[in-house]
Amino acid sequence: MDNKIPPTSMRVLGKTVTLSRRGFLKGSGLTALGIGALSTGTLMTPARHALAADFANLGADVGKTLLVLARDIFPHDKISDRYYMLAIEPYDARCATDAALRTLITEGVAGLDRLARTRHDKPYAEVPTEAERVALLYTIEHGAFFQKIKGDMVTGFYNNKAVWPFFGEEGSAWEKGGYVNRGFDDIDWLAKA
Amino acid sequence: MDKKFALDDDSVVVIIGSGAGGGTLADELTRQGVDVVILEAGKHHTQEDFENDEWAMFSKISWLDKRISAGGWHHTQTYPNLPAWIVKGVGGSTMHWSGVALRFTPHEFRIKSTYGEIAGANLLDWPVSYAELEPYYERAERKMGVAGTKASGLPPMPPSNHTKVIEAGARKLGYKEIVRPVASNTQPYDGRPACQQIGFCMQGCKVGAKWSTLYSEIPRAMKTGHAELRPQSMVLRIEHDKRGRASGVLYADKDGRQHLQKARVVCVAGNSIESPRLLLNSASSLFPNGLANSSGQVGRNYMNHTTAAALTINKGPVYMYRGFDIATVISDEVANRPERGFVGGYHLEGLALHLPFTAAFMKPGGWGREVTSALEQYDHMSCVWVCGEDLPQEENGITLHPTERDQHGLPIPIVTKTDHTNDAAMRRHGLVQWRKLSEAVGATRVIDMPPYPASHNMGTNRMSAKPRDGVLNKWGQTHDVKNLFVSDGSQFTSSGAANPTLTIVALAIRQAEYIAGAMKRREL
Repeated sequence: MDNKIPPTSMRVLGKTVTLSRRGFLKGSGLTALGIGALSTGTLMTPARHALAADFANLGADVGKTLLVLARDIFPHDKISDRYYMLAIEPYDARCATDAALRTLITEGVAGLDRLARTRHDKPYAEVPTEAERVALLYTIEHGAFFQKIKGDMVTGFYNNKAVWPFFGEEGSAWEKGGYVNRGFDDIDWLAKA
Repeated sequence: MDKKFALDDDSVVVIIGSGAGGGTLADELTRQGVDVVILEAGKHHTQEDFENDEWAMFSKISWLDKRISAGGWHHTQTYPNLPAWIVKGVGGSTMHWSGVALRFTPHEFRIKSTYGEIAGANLLDWPVSYAELEPYYERAERKMGVAGTKASGLPPMPPSNHTKVIEAGARKLGYKEIVRPVASNTQPYDGRPACQQIGFCMQGCKVGAKWSTLYSEIPRAMKTGHAELRPQSMVLRIEHDKRGRASGVLYADKDGRQHLQKARVVCVAGNSIESPRLLLNSASSLFPNGLANSSGQVGRNYMNHTTAAALTINKGPVYMYRGFDIATVISDEVANRPERGFVGGYHLEGLALHLPFTAAFMKPGGWGREVTSALEQYDHMSCVWVCGEDLPQEENGITLHPTERDQHGLPIPIVTKTDHTNDAAMRRHGLVQWRKLSEAVGATRVIDMPPYPASHNMGTNRMSAKPRDGVLNKWGQTHDVKNLFVSDGSQFTSSGAANPTLTIVALAIRQAEYIAGAMKRREL
């Protein structure tokens, strides 16, 4: 099967997002510059600390672990840490008023770190490869902590309009007159398929 | 014209629910000069409130009062408190419905005669035939403006990218019955504008091109001066007199205050979960097992269609969400051909999802690169929903929770569903056909999804020729209580393979004629 897409006149989206100033300030610009692609381990650590420093209540270490966990659950190499951060940030404030959630998260992170130390002699966020970390997650994936983070990510991450352009999702259309004149029927590769 | 009726006015027809059944009934009765009071549990939203946003609209209009999924289906894990995806609001699920307006095929009214006895199933023929219903189907198509039908005269919905990619595969597979009867205007019709190919049809049509009782039947009924609409009015029980005739309806308003609206006739159209729940909650010393339940069939035979879904990653971009949500409907598999390993048939319906719902429904519980590598191809995706006949089984149904109560103090409903082996075989067949269809146009990956919460709920107050086999006669009138009717999909004796709305509307038009006639003849 020839999987090459022929040249197209179809209205397609670039699936890229312009980097905001905030992204650079927080250090996640590294990912966009391609450095993140080299390793998700040690190289990223300073950037992640900068992002996780916002976890005033739970602490930067918990914030960093949640960030690495969030990315390991739904890894998209072209999406920088700050978008994952947007999904997990709300935990910090909510844990200040929700004791049960705080226990779930702090104990969940502690348990994950314990597991990582047993197998790799390092906390979870420092375990160098995604494959090794994912192997750890297989042992906790049915637990309440993992389920909570994963469940919240489905909306916290994928329902964030800021990530939609990466996927080719255009969002609300009625105010633009729908697609009647904007390519609802412009597919042009079918004849060659 | 804002008509008001007094609570002790016992000349009115009380309609419980304002969706496809209740809304249509209100329109048809008021046209004939009958006074109606419409009690709607949900709020009165308008198109102003509609957003092109899947989760925002889900939160805004869904029926989210607690329900419990039970039985052998996967919903007990995937959607434990969301057995069905339906709407609470004026217009009911006609706000959310996809617009697919399919007729049943003749054999689907005669499943017992056609399929014979099937172990584990509780098959029954409808007491009404396709031939009897056909003129009402035509009226329903005209009323709703079903594109591509003779009845409406509206041209077919123009094909979208999503339509084209699916239909190309379908034709390569040899499928011929490729149709798209959708109740959305392809040109201005009945005071509503033409479809702008916005998508987000299931989030409430922002321009009102897609038919909904919210802005068609309900306002028309109000204009006659024969209707009063009371939103945020949750019916708690149906009262009866000493002779066992329905005498009124007890409901709670938005502040929880209870009122008793007297009635000459009561019509229940609260969808297949709430309608039987209401009858069961209306048990009395005269009707100890629930109102109109001498057969014991109230709440039983729950059907929600045999459904399956799959996402295909195509070799080029599709942007399935651009344009009307329903891309196409393939009817070649609807015929009953038991040699496929199951009785009954199914439709393959192209149905677009936006990214947030794709992420939620593709692989509930899934994570990791298996999930994300697919989602990164979202713009290349096409999506199918398999809608197939679901056999009635007595143990599938709506029961009342023994201890847990809702905000009104009523037992919450438990929705029990276990697949029949026939369902499993049909689902498998549908997914295999979709895979072949997708690969015929070069798909690189096909991802089967577990069925998501269905909006099609049927059968829990079914029609039967004999009172011992069901709850209703051929007019939707309860066998036990002469002036009590059911006007929604819970009337269905079989589910068919068709999305239920057109049949609900056809039955409501027919029922309104019957009720108005019987009232004139003083039989009611």
